[in-house]
Amino acid sequence: MKIKKEKIKDFILLTPEEERIDAHNSTEFKEYILDLIKKSEINLIIQLDQVRFIDSSGLGALLAGFKNAQRKAGKLLLVNIQPQVLSMFELTRLNRVFEIYADLDEIFESEP
Amino acid sequence: MTAAEFQVDLVIPTQTKYLSLIGSIGEHIAKGLENYSGDKNALAYQLNLVLTEATTNAIKHSNSDNPKDTVRITIHIYDDELVIKVYDHGQGFDLDSVPLPDDLQESGRGLFFIRELMDSVEYRQEQDWNVLEIRKSLK
Repeated sequence: MKIKKEKIKDFILLTPEEERIDAHNSTEFKEYILDLIKKSEINLIIQLDQVRFIDSSGLGALLAGFKNAQRKAGKLLLVNIQPQVLSMFELTRLNRVFEIYADLDEIFESEP
Repeated sequence: MTAAEFQVDLVIPTQTKYLSLIGSIGEHIAKGLENYSGDKNALAYQLNLVLTEATTNAIKHSNSDNPKDTVRITIHIYDDELVIKVYDHGQGFDLDSVPLPDDLQESGRGLFFIRELMDSVEYRQEQDWNVLEIRKSLK
């Protein structure tokens, strides 16, 4: 799975460069995120602008990252989610669990 | 329900690399439904997701000791209904005992999606196959 990694202020920005996150690549995605958190990179932004499709295992990978970051007093934020992918968060009510932002500007407006 | 307008019959190895192929077939079918009056793009995503989840489920329940094991997927498109059947050779499971996932639970949303987005779901045995049968009205 191709993932672009950048540093923005106090965050690591991860951009999966894949159209699909499904059971074929979600384990690798989850391990990539958990590995960063293990190395104390606990403030993560995941940018999903290139992801056109996500399945339940992809949502599970994000949730694992979210819970692990939170356990270490970090954050995992989501940004730039395509509308159909966003509707999967709404259907599962995970939009109430994750902090979801429209774009990067919106994140940094709210961060001091 | 009259005779199927057309049908798709696929047999794939039990490997997740084929999920995108199966999902994209669902998208193509939805986008090509001439008489469907609903949102075709939404239906395309839903069929992609439901086929992906159902096939993943079948792969998970398949016989991992047999590298030649396969999953069979059939899609019948009728005038007013779409019927997906996913066949596997695994041990099977009890559809009714699958609980709804909690908000923070990492797994278990696959069947939730299928139930939520489609009209009916059944799981049964047919000869030596387990069959997950999913129906969606196209009215």
